[in-house]
Amino acid sequence: MAEPSVAPWALNGRNLADRICGLIRINRQTLARYCFCYLGLIPVLLIYWVFRLEPIGRTFVLSFYDWHLIRPLKPFVGLANYRDLLQDDNFLLALKNTTLFAVFVVGVSVALGLALAVLLAGRLRFTAAYQAIYFLPVIIPMVPMAIAWKWIFDARYGILNYVLSWFGVKPIGWLTAPDVAMWAIIIMSVWKVLGYNMVLLLVGLKNIPAVYYEAASIDGAAGWAMFRRITLPLLKPILLFVIVISTINAYNVFTQVYVMTTGSQAAPGAPLRVLVFDIYQNGFQFFKMGYASAEAVVLTLIVLALTLIQFRVIRMDGE
Amino acid sequence: MDGTAGGVRRPGCRLPGVPAVSHGILLAGSLAMLFPFVWMLATSLKPAEETLLWPPRLLPIHWRFANYPEVLDAAPFVRYFLNSVVVSVGSMLLVIATSLIAGFIFGKYTFPGKRVLFLVILGSAMFPFETYMIPLYLTMKSLGWINTYPGIAAPYVIMSFGIFLMRQHIAHSIPDELLDAARVDGASELKIFLRVIVPLCSSAIGALGILAFIQAWAAFIWPLLMATHRDMYIMELGLSTFQFRYTADYHFLCAAAVLNTVPMLIAFIILRRRIMESVALTGLKG
Repeated sequence: MAEPSVAPWALNGRNLADRICGLIRINRQTLARYCFCYLGLIPVLLIYWVFRLEPIGRTFVLSFYDWHLIRPLKPFVGLANYRDLLQDDNFLLALKNTTLFAVFVVGVSVALGLALAVLLAGRLRFTAAYQAIYFLPVIIPMVPMAIAWKWIFDARYGILNYVLSWFGVKPIGWLTAPDVAMWAIIIMSVWKVLGYNMVLLLVGLKNIPAVYYEAASIDGAAGWAMFRRITLPLLKPILLFVIVISTINAYNVFTQVYVMTTGSQAAPGAPLRVLVFDIYQNGFQFFKMGYASAEAVVLTLIVLALTLIQFRVIRMDGE
Repeated sequence: MDGTAGGVRRPGCRLPGVPAVSHGILLAGSLAMLFPFVWMLATSLKPAEETLLWPPRLLPIHWRFANYPEVLDAAPFVRYFLNSVVVSVGSMLLVIATSLIAGFIFGKYTFPGKRVLFLVILGSAMFPFETYMIPLYLTMKSLGWINTYPGIAAPYVIMSFGIFLMRQHIAHSIPDELLDAARVDGASELKIFLRVIVPLCSSAIGALGILAFIQAWAAFIWPLLMATHRDMYIMELGLSTFQFRYTADYHFLCAAAVLNTVPMLIAFIILRRRIMESVALTGLKG
């Protein structure tokens, strides 16, 4: 009876493995591979479950409860949160503002990004330098850039109002009134994301095989016609991807709004209401987490709809 | 990123006189892109009274480098920087590890449930982080992870795109024969992963590492929720609270903003090509 703890266990393990193999009719090597697959994936899936999948699911669950962080009673209220949302002026304003923001930022940044990409795809010198410059704001974090822009937009000493004064424009309180702040944030955000769109569209342009251009130029196409007939159709999948990803990002705008329009006497007006800010405020300042979750569900549905549209169009193209 | 084959001119150059006009447009645009950086840097070197000059001047009259030490005295930006490094490097390493192992398994094996698991992992990426941060916050609270590095890094330690990228890379550019040869030599699956797969993924690891690092470094709303103690602030958060304290002192704010810009700026100058290529990779998602 020497070493009872080791030998019988190993023997049992072997027997067990054989029995399992017999039971589900696979050979031992396949079983070993399955074990490797599942054991390897367990930690990854565990992280996915705890940090992503379960929270996604619980957002939906919470949205049906009057879930207040401080109050001990968290009653089920059905669709009441959603009904309240429809009458919540802040939420409706946030929805409107965020949509407007998304439309303008995506429209302008994709159009400018495409123009830049077309210019840079041509045979031009210094394209690498231009690309680096336009891409720089993408890589630099948002908070310092928001501060730099806040200073540019400053109502009394800001350089922008100074430049505008050359053209006889009276000083504008860029960040003090929410409806003006919207435009300031849009300008800043276009500046920030332009380079990202440019880089993706440039890859798309360079992936268009040269033979298409050769063939079109033999047929006498040039300039605008070439762009409309060759470039645009062939660029469509990546263009669509850029539009959808920018729209999703725009719907999640928060940092620049938080830094530039909330909090201090430098921004005496009401904060610019956007969806994520409203979620943040309801959930983490007013602790109405059930209500904020209902808002989050609305945001989720918007984003999912956009993603599905993208899949649809790409699939239609493939057929 | 260079696919211009056979000397065919791209549409941008087909108009007459285009190079000069193009350069004009691109240069003007470049100035607009760079101006906020220049203005921020110039302001950071001015004494307080010169930020209130009207008309404003670009360059300081009296250069005041003391803004920088004074900012560093006013808030522990070095500590914030180190926190950012810990969170970003930790997230990056975990993204690389999880993407490698899952990418390998999804790329080279068949097993029951594979399709479903892969779809769940990819599908979860459709949900923006902001939509599920409330329950995640509650989870962190119950785990006691608020004001801890794991808590701040949590959402950034996995990346569905990373798993997708690694799967593509491993499935398409590492031949099955290589794995079979290793198996004949008696290597276990784990050994194959560590000795054969990982060394052959170095370029993909680099690209993914850059993306993961940038993602964690740029995080804002989650650290804002998770770090309530000043010692746990990452740079972005430290700067935003600094901003609420020195609202109108733009010479200080700009100096602090410059300090927060420098690490990424240096990284971009050194790794420009690789960073831009990595970001361009995300276009594959579609």
